[in-house]
This record gives sequence, structure tokens and C-alpha cells, in this order.
Amino acid sequence: MKITVNINGKRYSNDVEPRLLLIHYLREVVGLTGPHIGCETSLCGACTIELNGKAVKSCTMFAVQADGANITTIEGLAANGKLHPVQEAFWNEHGLQCGFCTPGMIMASKQILDRNPNPTEEEIRHGLEGNLCRCTGYQHIVNAVKAAAKAVGA
Amino acid sequence: MIPQTFDYTAPSTLDQALGLIAQGAKPLAGGMSLIPMMKLRLASPEHLVDIGRLPELRYIRDDAGVLRLGAGCTHYEVETSPLLRGKCPLLSETAARIGDVQVRNMGTIGGSVAHADPAADYPAALLALEAQIVLRGAKSQRTVAASGFFLDTFATALEPGEIVSEIIVPVEDAGAGTSYQKMAQPASGFALVGVAARLRRSGGTIVLARLGVTGLAPHAYRAASAEKALEGTPGTAADIQMAASRIAEGVEANADLHASADYRRHLAAVSAARAITAALARTA
Ligand SMILES: Cc1cc2nc3c(=O)[nH]c(=O)nc-3n(C[C@H](O)[C@H](O)[C@H](O)COP(=O)(O)OP(=O)(O)OC[C@H]3O[C@@H](n4cnc5c(N)ncnc54)[C@H](O)[C@@H]3O)c2cc1C
Ligand code: FES
Ligand code: FES
Repeated sequence: MKITVNINGKRYSNDVEPRLLLIHYLREVVGLTGPHIGCETSLCGACTIELNGKAVKSCTMFAVQADGANITTIEGLAANGKLHPVQEAFWNEHGLQCGFCTPGMIMASKQILDRNPNPTEEEIRHGLEGNLCRCTGYQHIVNAVKAAAKAVGA
Repeated sequence: MIPQTFDYTAPSTLDQALGLIAQGAKPLAGGMSLIPMMKLRLASPEHLVDIGRLPELRYIRDDAGVLRLGAGCTHYEVETSPLLRGKCPLLSETAARIGDVQVRNMGTIGGSVAHADPAADYPAALLALEAQIVLRGAKSQRTVAASGFFLDTFATALEPGEIVSEIIVPVEDAGAGTSYQKMAQPASGFALVGVAARLRRSGGTIVLARLGVTGLAPHAYRAASAEKALEGTPGTAADIQMAASRIAEGVEANADLHASADYRRHLAAVSAARAITAALARTA
């Protein structure tokens, strides 16, 4: 089936099998390996991308469902060589160790701040419930989201 | 984790979708239950009809004393709808407790209701709200009360060829108090048990009590005996404990590796007491 999607501002048209998962389309057909496959069972959030402004788990969606959509992956956040404020904050606050969960964490964090520029710690933790990290213990990730909120608000 | 091959159609109208479903195609809404099952090959439909993007199934309307929700409304839309938050806060509160934000962005109320997972959250709220569920086929339409819809684990009143097209909930009485209390299984977020309470008080006496319970039994149910125990009382701590202790009366409790039947019954009583207490505090 022919699909056309806009990914990080670029148009892609491809012929895909209906059963091709969006994460496999992004990684293997388009070549964007930023979104990771952590669990493949809809639990870890490493595959999180933005679809028409909403954070979704791209391992739990078929590429054909995204026909006509606007997609942003972690690769699409930095602009003109400048990191997105959430990326900058993860870096400054040590919001990552191995980095495996990070692309998904950042996309989920961006969703929190897009919807609520001034979240409480509880709101941040609630917003990250769909993302697992096996390294950081989450505290630095929460700090990073707080720092990003401050940076964007400033 | 690659599903079986299948055909996929994304029709632009509900009528086209219903026509294909009448011929045996399976609806795909948010995919948050169906796709995980297809990946595990627990489900292998031959033809998927994408109803998740149909504008016709995506509305929340105030209609003369009731609120009508299209089956395609996502959990996020239910959670954040100003109309629902103002006029049926129990449904928004329940939606906010489903899964995680990515699941709420995709999953739909129609999909959840049709799937009828015994641990799903909405059924508890819909039972407490005495909601109506509208079922549509290519040439039919009927309305079923929530109490007659959830029949067993993953089994509902849906007939082949029918979809859930609309959910109807009442505009909440200004003085009513509601609350949904859930004990989540920490890994999946699903309810070990969840209790939705909806109460009305008049002159210091509880005149209406509706308690919907999910997670405990093969399907969500209304705890009639606990409701009766509560109605007519002032709702003291002792009244609440008495009602909560009857929350599991007459049902056979589920047991799995996450919680034994006894533990689930215990959690149900605790959740019921919390839900009743919180709802009572919100009554005017
Ligand atoms: C990580 C994770 C955590 C979750 N946690 C929770 C939770 O805490 N609580 C909870 O309640 N749920 C939870 N869910 C399930 C989620 O709420 C699903 O969105 C919901 O169960 C199904 O809705 P859907 O729109 O995604 O349906 P789909 O997955 O698209 O479909 C589910 C089934 O319903 C059928 N169907 C879909 N729409 C209709 C319709 N309108 N009429 C008739 N049949 C239809 C499909 O054919 C399929 O059989 C979780 C899911 C995941 C992946
Ligand atoms: S890989 Fe998608 S949720 Fe884990
Ligand atoms: S930094 Fe290693 S999983 Fe999160």
C-alpha cells in the first residue's frame, strides 16, 4: 500500500505492507534510528514519536495508519544546529546514562511541556508513566523536565 | 513480533466502514489492544477497517440532559473535554487513569468498551453512570444499557457486523458526587481492581448510590448489595465500611499471577471505601 508521510519536515512516499509497524518503517525504510525498540510490547516508550502533535508508541501502530500524517522523531527536534530546550536540559541535568530510553523520554517530555508549560513534579511523573528507564532512577529526568520548563518560560 | 499479513482499508465514511464490517472485516480504532494481540498472534484478522480516523465518530455533545460521545473519542479527549469535566467529571477522571499518555493519545472509548477487558477502567464508570451504549450495523441501530452490555471476559452484547458508535452518559446532577479509585498493576497500569462511585445526598441522607466495579470479576458489574447498604444512611465511616465490605458480594473473584482472589476482594473493599468517601465529600 502506498503511503505518504511528512517526517521532520520532509515528504516520504513508500509502498509498504499493511503489517509493517511504524517503528520498523521509520528505522528500516526511512533510516531514522533515533526512535528505539526497547520492548516491542507497548510498555517501555523508547519508540515514542510525535504524530500530528501527539506522543505515540510507534511500535503499536501500523505505518499505514500514519498515511497523511505529520511525524516528528528525535532527529527532528534540533533546529539550525541548536538543540531543542528539552534536549539541552537532559544534557545539562544528566537526564541520561546509557541513553537508550532518551529519544522516547525526550519526546514524552516535550508532550508534557507542549500541553502544560508549567508542570508540577507530580504532573511530570504522571506524564512519563509510559516511559521506562533502567539507568537513571528517574530523578535526573524529572529535574531535566523542570529545567526545560524554566528555560522555555524564561 | 510481526503480525500475520492482512488487508487494510481506511474508509472515509462510517457507512463504508459498516459495509466492510458487515462482510466480516474487523474494526481497528486506536489499536492499543488489538495491535499488541496481533503482534503476539493472539489475533489474526484478515481484513482491518480503520475507524480510528473517522470524523463521524469523534464528537462530544450536550444534548438535552445527556452527553453523547462518539466511539472514536480518545481517552485523552475524554480526559480533557471541558464539557465532560464540567458535566460528567467521573468519565474524565476515569479516562485520566488509563494506561499512560501515549496510550491515552491513541486509545478510544469505543475500542475499550468493545474490547471488554475485565481490567479496563471505563466499564466501572459507565455502570455507575447508568450509561447507554449505541450499537450500529450497516442496516441497524440499537441502544443497550451498560448493565446489559458487559457479558463476560472479552464478551459483550455486540453482534457480528455491529460496532459501538456512541456512548450516552447523563449530565450529572449539580449536587452529585463521583469518584473513581483504582489499584493499578504497576507494570501494565491496568486495574487490579477499580471502583467508580456516584452518590446523591438529600437532607444528610444518601438517596442514590451507584457503584461500578472492574478488575474483580470476569466482567465489570454494579455492586447492588453495597449500593443498598449505603442508600438511606448518612454515610458515616461505619456506613461506608459496611457498604465496602459487601462490594464483592455474589461475584467470583479473578485470580492471576498479579493478585489472588482474596487479595483482589480485599483491594476491592479498600477501593470502594475510598471511592465512596471521596464521592461523598464532593456531594453538595
Ligand atoms: C501499555 C498499555 C496500557 C494500558 N492500560 C490500560 C488501563 O490502565 N486501563 C484500560 O482500561 N485500558 C488500558 N489499555 C487498553 C487501552 O485502553 C485501549 O485503548 C483499549 O482497550 C482499546 O481501545 P482502542 O481504541 O485502542 O481499540 P483497538 O485496539 O483498536 O480495538 C480493540 C478491539 O475492539 C474492537 N473495536 C474497536 N473499536 C470498536 C468499535 N467502535 N466498535 C466495535 N468494536 C470495536 C477491535 O476490533 C478490537 O477487537 C492499555 C493499553 C496499553 C497498550
Ligand atoms: S518499543 Fe514501543 S513501547 Fe517499548
Ligand atoms: S538512560 Fe539507560 S535506560 Fe534510561
